[in-house]
Amino acid sequence: MKIRLRLVSFSAPIIALGLAVGLTSLILLGIGKDPIETFRMMFEYGSTGKSLVSVLNRTIPLYISAIAVAVGFKMGLFNIGVEGQYLLGALLAAAIGTSFAIYRPIHIFLIMLIAVVASSTWAAIAGYLKVYKGIHEVISTIMLNYIGTGLIAYLLSTVFFDEDEKNAIPQTVELPESGRLPSLNNVVGIEDLPNLHGFLPIALLLGLIYYLLIWKTTLGFDLRVTGANPVAAKFSGVDPKRLTIIAMIISGAFAGLVGMGPLLGYFHQYTIDFPPGLGFAGIGVALLGRNHPLGMLLGAMLFGFLERSAQILDLRGVPKEIETMMSAFILLIVVVFYEIIRRYIVTQQIKDASKKVESST
Amino acid sequence: MTRMKSKWLVLFIVFGLILTACGGGSDDAAEEVVADEPAETLDSPATTAAAAAEPDAPATKVCLVLDIGGLGDQGFNDSAYLGYNMGIDEFGVEGTFLEPDEGGENRGELLNLCAEDGNDLIIGNGFLFDVAMAESATNFPDTNFAITDSVIDPANARGMIFAAEQGSFLVGVAAALKTETNKIGFIGGVDIPLIHAFEVGFVAGVQAVNPDIEIDIKYASVPPDFSGFGDPVKGKEIALAQYEAGADIIYHAAGGTGIGMFEAAAEVSASTGSKVWGIGVDQDQYLTIGGAIPEVQEFILTSMVKKVEVAVYNAIKDTVNGTFTGGPVAEDVESGGIDISYTGGYIDDIKDEIEAYRAKIISGEIVVPSSR
Repeated sequence: MKIRLRLVSFSAPIIALGLAVGLTSLILLGIGKDPIETFRMMFEYGSTGKSLVSVLNRTIPLYISAIAVAVGFKMGLFNIGVEGQYLLGALLAAAIGTSFAIYRPIHIFLIMLIAVVASSTWAAIAGYLKVYKGIHEVISTIMLNYIGTGLIAYLLSTVFFDEDEKNAIPQTVELPESGRLPSLNNVVGIEDLPNLHGFLPIALLLGLIYYLLIWKTTLGFDLRVTGANPVAAKFSGVDPKRLTIIAMIISGAFAGLVGMGPLLGYFHQYTIDFPPGLGFAGIGVALLGRNHPLGMLLGAMLFGFLERSAQILDLRGVPKEIETMMSAFILLIVVVFYEIIRRYIVTQQIKDASKKVESST
Repeated sequence: MTRMKSKWLVLFIVFGLILTACGGGSDDAAEEVVADEPAETLDSPATTAAAAAEPDAPATKVCLVLDIGGLGDQGFNDSAYLGYNMGIDEFGVEGTFLEPDEGGENRGELLNLCAEDGNDLIIGNGFLFDVAMAESATNFPDTNFAITDSVIDPANARGMIFAAEQGSFLVGVAAALKTETNKIGFIGGVDIPLIHAFEVGFVAGVQAVNPDIEIDIKYASVPPDFSGFGDPVKGKEIALAQYEAGADIIYHAAGGTGIGMFEAAAEVSASTGSKVWGIGVDQDQYLTIGGAIPEVQEFILTSMVKKVEVAVYNAIKDTVNGTFTGGPVAEDVESGGIDISYTGGYIDDIKDEIEAYRAKIISGEIVVPSSR
């Protein structure tokens, strides 16, 4: 019985994907494009070797961002501020990480540490405001995103600006060789393809850490109990204030690592081109993956794949914005279906229980 | 109750399947629609059908990647798009134009994608492409690349650069000769060296005529915020403040932001009764913005014309003729790629003086500064 219910809940993302494909097809038909041909082009382009590398590179930050969001979700905390947290962390890590050069593993570890400390401090502000000033974390993290963006603009164009004459736009000094993470191409034997960011194994490790933290520690148990029933948690001895701040700090710590894949593996400096929006995209991935480490990994890969494969569309005369709509459809539908399925499962469980009671009497 | 809900679930799934099937089943109809409307296929660039139709005479393929602001900025990007269309019309090249996403890795991705897709010439419109294009051009040494407002190392990449300071000098002369309040404004899009060249040239031109004129210099945004190239509301706000402070002519080098400046000129002129002016940039904005918004046309004194379309057209022409060369290709007032516009006739009376300055720049008697 339990297995059957579990299968039902797995069906939601698949149904959502199917419905999203259907709705997107209708729109494509509406603008006079052939849906089958469009999806075929996307799949063909998205499954080339180069594209698969790009999909994995996109998956890395998306996945970590989703984990950061999920830590909050697990205790019913909405950290909308992953966006500002990871950008600020990446800027400080890039700017400070360039000021020294030491043994590579230590250098990279220190760069990551700077990012983690910066981001979790930024997140902790929202935790403090919630606990001691009663400001809802959605409001405070959104506002902190704005403040963070302004702060980044100021820091990047003043103190951290590498004022080399050839630099027309603000950017930090490039990281020395020891602060760059080598690509994995030699390790996995794909020398002829573009660079596969070396942060991939670390991202997978973070997924494992997240799993152990939430499901195998007392802290994780407290988080889940608080998320499921705050009142019960409080009466069982959980200190909600302390837990809120800890959850925000952990969420921020994961957020700090979101920008590390692109920074250490590709950009090697913070410029105005440093990819924004990963924090918001992570919310979608966490929703789609239901805060589960494997679910979110699949979700991140799906969105990475869609984003990459859509790049071909403009070249073939189909507006690539169609992909943005499709991603939105998937999220919208999956949220609805998770709710429908949750209710279905609850009623099934009640039915099973009542059956048991009947048969035992 | 439970049965009701599972019924709904089944309904939803069936509905989904029908939708999917609908989408799939009618692809023949869609093909017909496209085939019936050749006009639409022309609009949508790079149709595979066109390429397949003439397998033995492959057309030259050109890819244009636009930058911040995108199509419809009545300036920089529209100029490049114009040159691209001139190339398509004249040489029958097959064209694709793209706009990058917000993030940066995408720039390189699009350039690579164009190269992989077999384009012969790839144009990146804006200096923000420099790093990405240098990488892409190195990876695809047999493909021609061209970048606007920057020069990069690879031998197969052309840097299309413009002496914007010279044209800005000339509109500065015009402004200095036309001002009645001896107060002039300048609105830059984003506070970066590229735009400083416009500012510095303009100031030099004004001061060459009359060093006592006061110049109010404002920028719409400071990097990394590049919104200043596409923010008409902000442009209007800054211009209103400058006009209110007594300026009667403002020159903008701010892309789409400048549209707001012309609106402010019309508004201030109507409310105070004394006419104030705006000076356009990149394209002959008396025709472009004035054509799109007729009520502001009579306030457009002149424009500093930066003919990106000529550079883009030349790059396409050279690629088609097999005479494409890398390295810097500079346009200035001598080559005609930088110019001042007399459209509207508002500065015809001072044409002789302006042309005298142009001659001095060409002869080298005046060297216009390009950086602060």
